[in-house]
Order: sequence, then C-alpha cells, then structure tokens
Amino acid sequence: MNPIAQLNKFFDSRIRLGIMSSLMMNEDISFNELKELMQITDGNLASHIKALEENGLLKVNKGFIGRKTNTLYSITKLGEKTFKLHIQALENIIKASK
Amino acid sequence: MYQPGKNYFETNRNSINFEFQSTFMSTNSTHLADISDIKKMMEKSSRFISLSGLSGIAAGLCALIGAYYAYPLVNAYNSSISNRALIQKQYQSSFEAGVGLLESPLFQMAVYTFIAALLLSFFFTYLRSKKTNTPLWGSVAKRLIIQVAIPMVAGGIFILHLIEQNALTLIAPCCLIFYGLALINASKFTTAEIRYLGYGQLLIGLISLWFPRMGIYFWSTGFGILHLFYGVIMWYKYER
Repeated sequence: MNPIAQLNKFFDSRIRLGIMSSLMMNEDISFNELKELMQITDGNLASHIKALEENGLLKVNKGFIGRKTNTLYSITKLGEKTFKLHIQALENIIKASK
Repeated sequence: MYQPGKNYFETNRNSINFEFQSTFMSTNSTHLADISDIKKMMEKSSRFISLSGLSGIAAGLCALIGAYYAYPLVNAYNSSISNRALIQKQYQSSFEAGVGLLESPLFQMAVYTFIAALLLSFFFTYLRSKKTNTPLWGSVAKRLIIQVAIPMVAGGIFILHLIEQNALTLIAPCCLIFYGLALINASKFTTAEIRYLGYGQLLIGLISLWFPRMGIYFWSTGFGILHLFYGVIMWYKYER
C-alpha cells in the first residue's frame, strides 16, 4: 500500500499538528498557552480548535479562575489514536524513501 | 512588449527552480519538516527550555566562592571535635535550637550562597527567555518548580533533622544526594541533559558518605565544579 495514502489529510495544517503535539504532552492546556506556543492569532487558533473539536479529536473543558473564564483543552482517545497513526504514516514514508 | 535577453531567462529559470523545489518538498522534506515540527512542539509545550548554561556557570561560581569563605569555618568545627556541634550550646526547646542555627555563621553563609546562586541563575535564564522569545512563567515552569521542590524540600527537612541530631558529617553528602535526585526528577520537564548533572551530584554525594571529614571538598566539587562544567557545555552547545 502506498504509505502516503495513510496520511491523514486532516493534519495537513501545521497548526493542527502543533495543537495535537502539545495536547499529547499535556493533560490539559489553555487557549492562551496554545496561542503563545503557536504564535498565531486568536481567530486562527479558534477555528482550528473548532475543527478538531467537531471531529472528536479534542475536548473542551470550560472552567473559571475567579470570574475569568479559563478554557482548557485536552486530547480525546480518538485524537490520540488518530495522531499516532498519522505519525506512524510519516515515519513509514521517511523509512521507505531512505 | 518583448523584454530582451537576460531578464526573460532569469524568470524562466526561477520558475523551473520553483517547480523542482515544490515537487521535492511535497514528497519528502515536508514530512521531515512535519516530524521536526511535531517534535519541537512536543518539547516546547512540555519542557522549560529557557534554562541557560550561564545559569549553571553562575551557580557553580557562587558555590565555589561560598565554599572558599566557609572553609575556615568548617575547619574550625572539624578541628575541635568536642566542640563540633554546629549549634554550640544545649538548648531547652527546638525553637531556641532553631534560633541558634540561624545565628550560626556557617548556616548564614550557606543561605547567602544559595540566594546568590538562585538570583544569578534566574537572571541568566530570564535573559535567555527574552532572547528566544519564550514565556518564562507558565504551566511548564510551574511543573518544573514543583518537581524540583519535592526532593529539595524533603531533603531540606531531612538535613535539618541531621543538624538536630548533630550528625554533621552527613550534611554535605545529603545536600548532594537530594539535589541530584531533584535534578533527575526535573530532567523530564527541562533540558534533558540536566539528568547527567543529576547523576553526577548523586554519585559524588554517595561517595562522600565514606569520607566524613571531607564534606566541603565534595560539596565544592558537586555544587561548584560540576555546575561549571555543565554550564559551559550547555552554553557551548546551545547558546554560543
């Protein structure tokens, strides 16, 4: 099978890859932390987060610090599985091309 | 109108070049770039990467200077064995004993050394975080501090108890051992190389258990020379 076919089209975007990578390493992570890591605008980040959420790859936990909303994101089981498969596919491609 | 000669050729060549590059990019180097991006993001989101090698150098120098000034004090304690207690008198309460400890010059020296090392290493790490444009304070820094603090606080309490029991020869080894463990614990949350510094401190601490009167030498080797060594290597490797 062509290893490129195994790649998940959904992760073509660098930002989505970035979000998923940081979610993999952290139990949860806030919007602002993601923004600082990725160095992108609020709107851009929000739209990618929405796409990931709608596909069940991340879940949103709304909380409060005092009166300020504090939205935390964490990865879902499906998200973990999908992302690992994607990395595996990337590895296979690179191995095959060596 | 037709633009003669060189100009036409230039644009043409550029477009060929671009086409070649984009085909190449889409097959292999994009995937490699993806992987290196993922790796970078994983590191950045979970590790405190601003820790500067200069911080290590500064901490090492502080330790050596501190040890230099502490040396005559330690010698004085060592030479009069009957008078070896860090807390010289017998105290009625643990509160009094605590005050006695705070007043002991050696303890004060240790506190100053610690504060100087902490401030200086914070300063250099602050500079580096400015330079690399990474936030200094965040959940990653918080996690790192907690992971360092657990063995350090446990060690601190343990060592206070050693002082209480007058087991003074164990102080230097225990400082090194607990500090080594703290660094090993911290290595998951900051530059991975700090693990080797931790192993070094731990090893020196354990060895020094068998050389009871030579604590100050081991202490200076661990906190001074190892820090310096580590700092120089890290600086050379990442910040030059």
